Amino acid sequence: MRIALFVTCLADTLFPEAAKATVRLLERLGHEVVFPADQTCCGQMHVNTGYPDDALRLVRRHVRVFAPYDVVVAPSGSCVGSVRHQHAMVARRAGDERLASRAEEVASRTCELSELLVDVLGVTDVGAYFPHRVTYHPTCHSLRMIRVGDKPLRLLREVRGLELVELPQAEQCCGFGGTFAVKNADTSTAMLADKMRNVLATRAEVCTAGDSSCLMHIGGGLSRLRAGVRTVHLAEILASTEGAETAGERDRLEVGS
Amino acid sequence: MTRTFLGMPATAPRGVGNLRGEESFPAAARRALGDAQLRRNLRHATTTIRAKSGAVIGELPDWEQLRAAGSAIKADVMARLPELLEQLESAVIAAGGTVHWAADAVEANRIVTDLVRAAGAERVMKVKSMATQEIGLNEALEAAGIEPVETDLAELIVQLGRDRPSHILVPAIHRNRAEIREIFLREMPGVDPALTDEPAALAAAARRHLRETFLSTRVAVSGANFAVAETGTLAVVESEGNGRMCLTLPETLITVMGVEKIIPSWADLEVFLQLLPRASTGERMNPYTSMWTGVTPGDGPQQVHLVLLDNGRSAVLADAVGRQALHCIRCSACLNVCPVYERTGGHAYGSVYPGPIGAVLSPQLTGVPDNASLPYASSLCGACYDACPVKINIPELLVHLRGQAPHPATEAAAMGAAAYTMDHPRLYAAAQRAAGLARLAGRALLPPLNGWTASRDLPAAPPQTFRQWWAER
Repeated sequence: MRIALFVTCLADTLFPEAAKATVRLLERLGHEVVFPADQTCCGQMHVNTGYPDDALRLVRRHVRVFAPYDVVVAPSGSCVGSVRHQHAMVARRAGDERLASRAEEVASRTCELSELLVDVLGVTDVGAYFPHRVTYHPTCHSLRMIRVGDKPLRLLREVRGLELVELPQAEQCCGFGGTFAVKNADTSTAMLADKMRNVLATRAEVCTAGDSSCLMHIGGGLSRLRAGVRTVHLAEILASTEGAETAGERDRLEVGS
Repeated sequence: MTRTFLGMPATAPRGVGNLRGEESFPAAARRALGDAQLRRNLRHATTTIRAKSGAVIGELPDWEQLRAAGSAIKADVMARLPELLEQLESAVIAAGGTVHWAADAVEANRIVTDLVRAAGAERVMKVKSMATQEIGLNEALEAAGIEPVETDLAELIVQLGRDRPSHILVPAIHRNRAEIREIFLREMPGVDPALTDEPAALAAAARRHLRETFLSTRVAVSGANFAVAETGTLAVVESEGNGRMCLTLPETLITVMGVEKIIPSWADLEVFLQLLPRASTGERMNPYTSMWTGVTPGDGPQQVHLVLLDNGRSAVLADAVGRQALHCIRCSACLNVCPVYERTGGHAYGSVYPGPIGAVLSPQLTGVPDNASLPYASSLCGACYDACPVKINIPELLVHLRGQAPHPATEAAAMGAAAYTMDHPRLYAAAQRAAGLARLAGRALLPPLNGWTASRDLPAAPPQTFRQWWAER
């Protein structure tokens, strides 16, 4: 199958390992991955911060770039959620009904990674090997906006060597929320503190999720605590194979001031 | 009443009522977050209610259909609100009641104050009501020399403690029983000095205090959970029985109700009386459901008044996306599941309507600029939408209202520049590389982004972006 990668601006810029892993995984499963180079950002940050007018040009770009492809995948539940639930709304708000219906078409062909693997490609055992104790945080937009359900867990359960431990109060938000983490930094930090307490209670070596944004938040907090727990994107675990385990090798978190 | 509106309907006026806080949400939240006792009380209470509500909702195989029905009935009501209100007015008058129309808080307070004076009363007893708190009725009555007595146990705790409610359904959720005992000992006339903090002892003390009020007060003021347009029936849903005392014992009963509380027919009650108790207190059936239709000669209040309150609701109705906030049945399910509310409590929201529903309702009632920080008081996690028994899409509304909020000039300039850059892939790629260099140059972030690094480390820029890797492979 020919699959277009919607890399997301965050993975492209700060977390390329998650995007590279998505490419390696899909190619290992025998599919062709293409990267439309004119893509940039889905505009979610603009929409959610209250700038739908600025987001319009990004929606238009996204729709134009991805319209030619039958299947589009992103390693992010949140960005897929924006494509599915916000793009048409932004277009309609601007009175562009034609863009809105094209956006809906693109959205209907856009999947989050676990959706693509389980629903479209019909695979749960992707042949991965990851010999670590792992807990899974079901990010809010994956869980409640696009409703991936237990697909990520079904994929993780098939990974050889992986010990999956349940995260207490998994469904509670980690406190990221995009610009919420900055505009309401104190409340965001209080939410993060509880999420980290629950992650540490699992005694997992690795906390995984389907969104680099939430992992950046949780990982940033754990790094500050010197907790020794790594955050690794789901794609990186699924791309890991025996002899070529690469996920999260590099500890890239640094001390902020 | 004839009135010609030119342009948009008015929002709730300033200087009266309790829809506006004195400070922004982040500032108020910061103080609340520092109160360890408050956070323990809130965590305990919301966790308990969540579990109880979740269990009884799980018993109903048709919960999703009930939610859809509740949502559809409310959408229908909003689509033909004017005709339903006139139908209600006719039915109430036909049943011997009197109907008053209040455009805003000032008018509603004046109507109620005049009615109490006309009845020759110096004290009124109150059934727990969000609408009367919204308009600041207690303050208006006190200014007119009339003493309002709250009879709901939690409202009484709040009133005696000269406090503000922090939850729609459990106004004293921020207090634990030891604090309640302190308030009673300090403020309740004739209280037993040996009072313990056992819940039964506290309830008994309040009971003794309130019985005197019930038997000696001639005027009561209530809100209403529902008003049935076809019959003129008003309904109050409560769990203590104190409301029923107020609704049956006095000579005069005055009900202040937001215009959106109307439902078309008696049969529609069956949907909401299933939804409300399970979503709110986690009960299968509401303990005390009182309904009255005008005046029944020789039985109950003989003077029955209904004050229909707008106070910004017509302005909310005028917004095709925003109007779903008027579907709210005040169950508080969204508060109980909200990770932000659980940590900050209700006072941080400034308005009598806290939590997720408050964050979308208060700014619409007052106009967004008067409550500009509230639409941002959410991580958009979506738990509120899943919990809402009438399926109000609160995350969608929050985002919609953020689009109407006044933006800081520097932020607006940065967002515009970012959108422009991201619409030009070559500029975007250059900016990505520059961001990597900036990360090497220094680790300190300028405000407001230093809000991140106060408690979290930043990821270092990777050696190459994904698109660089892709281009080289």
